[in-house]
Amino acid sequence: MKNTDFKALSNHMGGVSRRDFMKYCSVMAVGMGLPIGMGAQIAEAVTKAAKRPPVIWFSAQECTGCSEALLRSTHPSFEHLILDLISLDYHETLSTPSGHQAEAARAASIKENKGKFILVVDGSIPIKDNGIYCMIGGKTALDILKETSKDAAAIIAIGSCAAWGGVPSAGGNPTGATPVHQIIKDKPIINIPGCPPSPYNFLSTVLYYVTFGKFPELDKLGRPKFAYGRLIHENCERRPHFDAGRFATEFGDENHRKGYCLYKLGCKGPETYANCPTIQFGDVGGGTWPVGIGHPCFGCTEGGIGFNKPLFTKANLHLVTPPDTYPHIVEQQGKGVGASLGGVAVAAAAAGAAYAAVNGVVKKLDKEEKGK
Amino acid sequence: MEIKRRDFLKVAAAGGLMVAANAGPALARDAKARITGAVGLLYDSTVCVGCKACVSACKQYNETPPSFSSSDELWDNPLDNDSKTYNSIKLYKDGTAEVKDREKDGHAYIKRQCMHCVDPACASACPVSALKKDEKTGIVTYNKDACIGCRYCQLACPFNIPKFEWEKAFPEIRKCELCSHRLKKGEIPACAEFCPTGACVFGPVEELLAEAKKRLTYKPGDSEMYPVERVNGRQMTERMVVPYIPRVYGEKEGGGTQVLYLAGVPFDKLGLPDLEEKPSAQQSETIQHTLYKGMIAPIVFLGGLVYIVHKNTKDE
Repeated sequence: MKNTDFKALSNHMGGVSRRDFMKYCSVMAVGMGLPIGMGAQIAEAVTKAAKRPPVIWFSAQECTGCSEALLRSTHPSFEHLILDLISLDYHETLSTPSGHQAEAARAASIKENKGKFILVVDGSIPIKDNGIYCMIGGKTALDILKETSKDAAAIIAIGSCAAWGGVPSAGGNPTGATPVHQIIKDKPIINIPGCPPSPYNFLSTVLYYVTFGKFPELDKLGRPKFAYGRLIHENCERRPHFDAGRFATEFGDENHRKGYCLYKLGCKGPETYANCPTIQFGDVGGGTWPVGIGHPCFGCTEGGIGFNKPLFTKANLHLVTPPDTYPHIVEQQGKGVGASLGGVAVAAAAAGAAYAAVNGVVKKLDKEEKGK
Repeated sequence: MEIKRRDFLKVAAAGGLMVAANAGPALARDAKARITGAVGLLYDSTVCVGCKACVSACKQYNETPPSFSSSDELWDNPLDNDSKTYNSIKLYKDGTAEVKDREKDGHAYIKRQCMHCVDPACASACPVSALKKDEKTGIVTYNKDACIGCRYCQLACPFNIPKFEWEKAFPEIRKCELCSHRLKKGEIPACAEFCPTGACVFGPVEELLAEAKKRLTYKPGDSEMYPVERVNGRQMTERMVVPYIPRVYGEKEGGGTQVLYLAGVPFDKLGLPDLEEKPSAQQSETIQHTLYKGMIAPIVFLGGLVYIVHKNTKDE
């Protein structure tokens, strides 16, 4: 039942009913691969929290794409996240205050929540020339990161730039762009790479932390396994075309129109870990991810692949699996080189025998016989 | 060299008598019996759907590289077992291949790997016992440190299983060893564990044979419970029975094997050779033992030759 009493809405935070809240908690839980009953647990943890967990969002060499992606999330919506679930105490793009007031808000939040706030970092940190290539409020990004992370409980590095360097680190890395985990070594760091990553990878991680007080299982690059545990190749809807050897070779050709595999157009799916084929982007229906709309994946989540490997260079296959073909009971063998070599051998032997006959080897033997 | 026909016949007769005198049932090497508690696999071609999870799993758990047979080198698609492929699934096709497990205008799958014979020809042929049959499990194992690379095992095996690493500088023989490294940890062979339909099940051979014979009594069209992974495990799947060829391949062929087959299509069509019950190892060893018993026959024969040569050589 839609609530049409607009005056009462202001009391009812964000206009979300309990049912919707429970629903999205369940969706969150399922999205992380947790049992559906966990949705209730998440809801309870989040609402019963004495205080909304404080979050400081620090932006360095970023394009704001990660924040933009988050703004477009619907479950939970961004306003629900920052008004009801977490206390976003500092965010350069979304702050109401700016300048000194914003910096003061950050300092105050750090002081009040020493050791308890989550530091979210997007953008890479330039370290060349003492880090002058990114400065906020007169301080280098490097210094701000170091001083803020000192008192953080944990750090979430959102986006490829913060996770492994991203765009600023490509093309020779003129600014010395560095990911967070190579600067801060003494705090737990979760990397959520992607350019931008699906906002739900970030949101699920945050809600998991709020509910259980610990981070979800991470792989050896510090990425949550529920989102980055599988290659795109393993979940791609065009995988049967790969296995059957049906490829598009040019943009717009017949096979491309038929939706065949984009491996030969340089798709990096076979060497990129992400969950794009599963959750896709934008909640606007099916096929809303690069491969789904006909463009090969370029590996935005993988350091060394995204922005480094040329777009149309073929990916290396990590898992080589059997295709959609079968060998026959008896396969033809021994054709080609083997047969022709045999023929050469026979001919050579015949020639040798002829030579021997002509050049008197046999004659010599005859002489010996007569000598007896 | 001149040999008088008379002398030659004399020696040959003497030799023959010697051999005949020594020959007899005592020399015939007995066929080996099945080891109690030996383990093996039961592969039912009618249950197999050709998914090749067993091929993938075998490569994964034996850490063997992919075998490429297309110029793209994009897929692991061996055309047959080779030095990097211990297990492969092959397809039988006839005509339109419409119906599964039917011989005419049908198709069927067959899994090929080492049969772990009861009386292995490869172990018999091996001059250095690099291939040995384990006394407890009956698995035919390979010892690379003993192997001299003579490849007699390749000649001896009626199933063409041992594969030689032609491409390597220090080659070994490669074949399925029933995942003995996994059995040690209490696990089962990877092909059995990963088979989703229960086409390949693992267990003690007595139980596998009993299960196979039970399946031959099922009525086609009935719904029966088929075990998955282990023949004596708790995982079962219900499926409809399909007409079988009324024979368990491997029960007696070549003296018996520990990997048993059931199929809906004649076994020779699936590439499984029609072997007689007497194992070739028994036959060849009988001949060997007969000829060389006590080294009498060789000594007589060679002695005879020396005598003839000596007689016909004039001092010059």
